[in-house]
Amino acid sequence: MCPAAEAVAGGLAPLPYRLTGKRQETADTWTLELEPARAERMAPFEPGQFAMLYAFGAGEAPISVGASDGASGRMVHTIRAVGAVTEALCATATGQEIGARGPFGAAWPLADAEGADVVVVAGGLGLPPVRPVLERVLAERERFGTLSLLYGGRSPDDLLYRDALEEWGARPDMDVEVTVDSAGADWRGRVGVVTTLIPRARFDPGRAVAMVVGPEVMMRFTVAALRERGVPAERIHVSLERSMKCAVGVCGHCMLGPEFVCKDGPVFPYTRVERWLGVPAL
Amino acid sequence: MRTLEDLLAEVEAFEGMAPEHLRLIAGCARNVVFGDGEWLMREGDAADTFFVIRTGAVAVSTHVPQHGALLIETLHQHDLVGWSWLIPPHRVNFDVISNGTTHAIAFDGACLRGKCEQDPVLGYDLLRRFSAVLVERLQRTRLRLIDVYGHVPGR
Repeated sequence: MCPAAEAVAGGLAPLPYRLTGKRQETADTWTLELEPARAERMAPFEPGQFAMLYAFGAGEAPISVGASDGASGRMVHTIRAVGAVTEALCATATGQEIGARGPFGAAWPLADAEGADVVVVAGGLGLPPVRPVLERVLAERERFGTLSLLYGGRSPDDLLYRDALEEWGARPDMDVEVTVDSAGADWRGRVGVVTTLIPRARFDPGRAVAMVVGPEVMMRFTVAALRERGVPAERIHVSLERSMKCAVGVCGHCMLGPEFVCKDGPVFPYTRVERWLGVPAL
Repeated sequence: MRTLEDLLAEVEAFEGMAPEHLRLIAGCARNVVFGDGEWLMREGDAADTFFVIRTGAVAVSTHVPQHGALLIETLHQHDLVGWSWLIPPHRVNFDVISNGTTHAIAFDGACLRGKCEQDPVLGYDLLRRFSAVLVERLQRTRLRLIDVYGHVPGR
């Protein structure tokens, strides 16, 4: 128990957090549970915001937040080990400390989605950043219309949060459709790209708010499929990735046209970034 | 009791089709049911049938020597299964197996080809509709070739 806990809004100095739990999700992806190691802690996160996690001696990386508890300061992050920093983060042992700063960035527009059908389309490692959206909608279920999660992965072995997917899929107040790009003959689920789930998903396109996260090319095709289904472009939101360093809109590493992805995003209305996503050099 | 025409009218691929054309193609159709693991089509067989799935799902696969079946795609309610009936040499290119119980409408390809030959307006309409399905499947295949989840920049 931390005496006199103090919440600190996102700044430049990392705060010490201790790894309290760790679970391997796939061959190269881990879910880490963190708690504040001292009295100071990060301020509560809104769904869609991200943290900068610092593996001492290796460096810092922007990591989406799979769950956060404002009261205890507990954080959950799911990380794919694809470079020096994320490999060091995933190699952190339980009980060890890492640095963390945040919250950073714009959140998913949950207030705007009240009363609307909520369509969440996640691809690959895109599921963790929308997990807090799903949890929030499920916790305040009466405030929203239908809830659909359309999730695509590379293969069955690459799917994250298997237990949660099963639990959500069993709920009568939520539709869950999962598909993979390729699978062995023993796979009994869907095989096909995530866009194939959109035409027949159960939502009213005229009253839907869509939240899309995944690799950029996947999002582009997904947005096209949502628009073809009839979801107005201004009600489609995407979460972008860029190389983020400062996370506070100073260094410019993450700029997409005039937008700082770290500060103005990572969640954007699609119409705000559409023209920049079409520029090959950006 | 709903007729085959009623059921076909609900299928996206036949949306807006003239009633007389629906009646004509329904004349080449019948209801079928497949149990789990039952074959709808086998690679190399004569392609004399195509299906519209009413309920259930099927797996399109191919056999890879020393590996076994490789699952290519699954198809679901209201999807069209098979187009080799339309294009010579009318041979099935992939295996199609039922995943669980599948209710489908089976079309006699030779019967349909005959009606298309006799009625070019119907033939053009069907070809247009199948082309749309083919293009959609081609786009899906291209998207899979990109392997969008293969490389993850940043977080």
